[in-house]
This record gives sequence, structure tokens and C-alpha cells, in this order.
Amino acid sequence: MINLAERRAASGPVIQMAGVNKWYGEFHVLKNINLEVRSGERVVVCGPSGSGKSTMIRCINRLEEHQKGRIVVDGIELIADLKQIDAVRREIGMVFQHFNLFPHMTVLENLTLAPMWVRNTPRKEAEDAAMAYLERVKIPEQAHKFPGQLSGGQQQRVAIARSLCMKPKIMLFDEPTSALDPEMIKEVLDVMIELAQGGMTMICVTHEMGFARTVADSMVFMDGGEIVEKAPPTEFFKNPKSERTKLFLSQILH
Amino acid sequence: MAEPTPSLAPARPPTGPRVWNNPRARAIIYQVLVLGGVIGAAAYLIDNTLTNLAERSIRSGFSFIWHEAGFAISEALIDYQPNHSYVRAFIAGLLNTLKVGLLGIVLVTILGIIIGIARLSTNWLVARLASVYVETFRNVPLLLQLYLWYSLLTEMLPGGRDALSLFTAFYLNKSGLMYPVPVYDGIHPFMIVAFLIGCVGAYAWGRYATRRHEATGVPTPRFWPSVGFVLGLPLVVWLIGGAPTAIDVPQMERFRFVGGWHVSIEFIALLLGLVVYTGAFVAETVRAGILSVSRGQTEAALSLGLRRGLVLRLVLLPQALRVIMPPLTSQYLNLMKNSSLAVAIGYPDLVAVANTTLNQTGQAIEAIAVIMAVYLTISLAISGFMNWYNKRVALVER
Repeated sequence: MINLAERRAASGPVIQMAGVNKWYGEFHVLKNINLEVRSGERVVVCGPSGSGKSTMIRCINRLEEHQKGRIVVDGIELIADLKQIDAVRREIGMVFQHFNLFPHMTVLENLTLAPMWVRNTPRKEAEDAAMAYLERVKIPEQAHKFPGQLSGGQQQRVAIARSLCMKPKIMLFDEPTSALDPEMIKEVLDVMIELAQGGMTMICVTHEMGFARTVADSMVFMDGGEIVEKAPPTEFFKNPKSERTKLFLSQILH
Repeated sequence: MAEPTPSLAPARPPTGPRVWNNPRARAIIYQVLVLGGVIGAAAYLIDNTLTNLAERSIRSGFSFIWHEAGFAISEALIDYQPNHSYVRAFIAGLLNTLKVGLLGIVLVTILGIIIGIARLSTNWLVARLASVYVETFRNVPLLLQLYLWYSLLTEMLPGGRDALSLFTAFYLNKSGLMYPVPVYDGIHPFMIVAFLIGCVGAYAWGRYATRRHEATGVPTPRFWPSVGFVLGLPLVVWLIGGAPTAIDVPQMERFRFVGGWHVSIEFIALLLGLVVYTGAFVAETVRAGILSVSRGQTEAALSLGLRRGLVLRLVLLPQALRVIMPPLTSQYLNLMKNSSLAVAIGYPDLVAVANTTLNQTGQAIEAIAVIMAVYLTISLAISGFMNWYNKRVALVER
């Protein structure tokens, strides 16, 4: 937190999106997206549903393919090359709205799967690392249970730990608290705040404006497939420039 | 201040509940009635049958199975002649049933998986063709399809010496398929032993690969080493045995083919009918299993950097299999039992043999009892094995 300005100055953009366009058939989901994210930057993306937020961050690890424009992640351009795509995905962790834990594996197996099969880590080492991450998300005692035995909040924390086990440089969060009961949202947000304070580069699609105020370096507002506004949170919440942003904020902030 | 006790509404005068209004007593009464009914009906049927058999002076009992059968069986896996006993005829029929059933199960699994996956393909033509196949063949009665295949094959194929030939080694005509086989050599039994040892070796290699991967983190290849064990060992034994290459090729003689081995056109038609029909159902089972795993599972696995092959093997298949296995068991059982339709196109399976026996001896009850006992045993064996396997792949979730 202290050296934020320095850190930013020192590092160039780790994610660059330039002129990105995407269509679902006739429907133009992403319209000329330009976005740069520096290493260590925390970006919160908000906007009405259907505005293309999820699609945009899913393009960053190629769960969705863009049809026009360029996306460069950590110096690797996302093109139709499976090797390149896998290399990018190894550097990016992703947390989903519906957790997507593997139901046939224990929590610990969920966490060690990718390190063992992608990073070729021996099981013992992978398990030790996994336990350390479970400590960090405060559920080491659940290691040998199956996902179905955990509450939603616990499952989402396992999902975060699972991504962290791959030691990613960037974390993407796709509405991580939208499927949770209200009393569980805080435990997940706490983990995310801690992660942000540790200096992780993060892009979060979320409607949790309290979280955005606490951690975001910049806010991105999307509507109708375009980035309408990008600004630091103080400015974004106090003096939104566009009418659409004002309308959106008036609807979600009471 | 103590709350006043709420006063109960005045109870109806106690008449004492009637016995049949007591749920437990009622359950017992029903069970006694049903059991009595079943025993009564069985006793009536047995008594009726025995009386009728006695009146018509029909023999009963199984002693007839040792008598000479006196009828020929067009194809058999064991040596069978008309002067052999009924029991031998039954065994020949049973082996024919097992031959078509087990081969059918293997083929239907392969066909079903291919078509099931093809139906999910993003390639429009492939998916459409698979759909057309499934919708056509599962909606036409099997008996009709068997007639269709049988008449197609017997009408369209040339007869006798005009047989279609492939590499002048395989011949197909109205009477069946003639194919070459290696001439028996002393080394062959050892090759079979080597094959079995190779299977054990492949299994051991799989366990070793897992242990090595866990200990060192290096993913150890499984597929090709396993292939090496299973196929390589017999090959080595074959080479050691002097690599005998003599092959018994079917030859056209003046009136018929000699040499090689032969499967009848009835067998081919039955196998084709069963596999094509049941394959449509298996394809749907496979498709349902794959679709039952949510898209999110694939996305989560991919976003962790797992390659597509690993996603399929480690994440999708284990979850799809638990959905596929139970209905797949039913399809295997269906195929095995439907093979009894063989009698319609003249393939000498167990039912065909039992029918002939029944006609000759008049001992219908015994003949049918044999058929029922055999199919029951086969079916229980298949479902027993599949249940065991299903338990192994079953999803533990909590």
C-alpha cells in the first residue's frame, strides 16, 4: 500500500487490450475495448447486467475468443495457439460466480490438481503449499472434506486458494460474491482484500461498492459492450463524468 | 404468574380404535393377504400343471438332457454332432449366445461412445448424421431390423464362388464371411500367456506411473508403455518362437471354400442388428453423461492451465462415468437378452436349441426353465460386474 506509486511507476502494463471486439452472431458484445492494467493494479469492473463485463475478463484468459483487436498478457499475445494460451492461463487465476470446484475431489485434491499436473510439483510439496493457502483463507480444517460438504462462502474461499496454488501473477474475479448468502459475502471479501493488500494484480467484476472503495486503484464502468468510464474510485464515486455512470450509481448506491 | 392451562376440547367418548384403523396392524394384514395370495396362486399353478402333465402322460424331470439330441446345429464353438446329448446341444447354443452377446457388448461400447460424442460435435454435418442415426435406429423395432439386415445380406450378397473378396484372403458371400487365421503353432499358447502377463505388467506400470508422478512431480507416460506391455510381450515371444508366419487362407475350391475360419451370415446379421440398434441407445447414454457435467467444470480446469486431454481425463470423465454406468448396464443386459431374437433369422443360439429340444421332447417346462435360468445367470453376472465397476467410479461427494 505504501509504495503504490513507486510500484506503479516501476512496472509497465501486464495486461493490454487494444481495440478488442467480439460478436455473438449478430450481437456485438464487446465494442472496441481499450484497457491497460499495470502490475499490482486493482481494477474493479462494474456495470449493468449484459454490459459485457464477464465476457471482457473471460477474454483475458481466453475462455472467450475475441474476433478483432489484440490482447497481450505478461508479454504473451493471445492468438490461436494452444501453447501460448496455456502459457497465459498458467499466469492467470480465475474465480467464478459458481465456484466450479471439482465435486469428485476433496478440497486438498482440488488444490493440488493443477500444481501436480501443470507445474509438475511432487504431491508432498503441492500438499504443503495447498495447506498454507488454506490457512490463508482460514479453512485448513476442511482440507479432507468434499466441496459438497462446505458452505457457499467456504467453497468460494477454496476456489480462491485453488487459483493461488498456481502462483498466478494476475487474478480475475467474475462476480465472486453474487451467488452467496449475505452473511457469507464478508468472509470472501476479507480474503480478497487481504490478497489485494499483498500486491496481487486483480481484475474484479463485482457490485460490492464497499469493496471497490477499499481496494480499487481504478474503477471501470461498462455499458452496452463499451468501457464508458475509467477513473480512480474517489473521482468515480464523487464526480462521475458520464450520464450513464451517474444513472447506474444512483441505482446501486442508496 | 402462572399461565392457565389451556383447556382441551372435550374428547369424543372413547370407543377404542378399530384394528384396521391402526397403521401397523393394517400393514401386517395387507402383507399376510398378499403373501397368502401369492402362495395360493403358485400352489394352484403347480398342481394344475402336474395334474395336466399326468393326464397327458408327459414325462417330467431333467433326465432327458442325457439322451441323444438327434438334431444338427449349423455352427458351434465346440464339437457337436447330432448323436451328442441334449446337454451338449444346450452348451453349444449357450456358447453361441455368449459369442454374439459379448462381442456385441464390446462393439456397442465403441460405437456408442463414437456416436455419442459425434452428436455433441460442433461440426454441423457430423452432429446431424449422428442424430439421424440415433433417431432412426432406436425407433424401429429390433425384430424388424434383424429381418432387414438378414434379407439385405442374403439378397444382395453374391452366392458361392462369386464371393466378394478382399486381398484374396477375406471372402464374403451369402453363406457368411471366410477369413484367414494363423496355422496353429506350439508358440501360440505361450503368446497368450505373454499377453496375460503383459496385462498385469500394464496395470503395474500404471501404479508405478502414479507413484512416480506423486513423488517427483514428473508426469509419467502411461499409454504407450502399456501398449508395449500388452502387445510387445506376445510379439517378443512370437519372435523367440521363430516367428512362424504360416497362415491358413480360405481357398476357393470347386464347390465351396476350404481353409480359414468362417462365421455365418446369420451371425453377422444378428451381430449387426444388435449392435446398430443398441448402439443408438448407448450413444444417448454417453451424450447425457457428458452433458451432465456443467460447462463451468471445463472452464475452471482450463483456467488452471490444464491441457484439454487432462481436463477430459481428470475432470470430465470421472464425473460423466457415474451418470453413464447405470444405464449402460441396462443396455448391456438388453443386448444380451435381445440376442434371443436370433431364432427369428435362424442363428442357433440357446433359445433356438431349446425350441428344437422342446419340440422333440415335449418337455416345455424344463426347456423354458433352462432358458430362464441361463439368461438370469448371465444377466446377474453382467449387472454384478457393472455394479462393482460402478462403485469404483461412483462419485463420492460427501
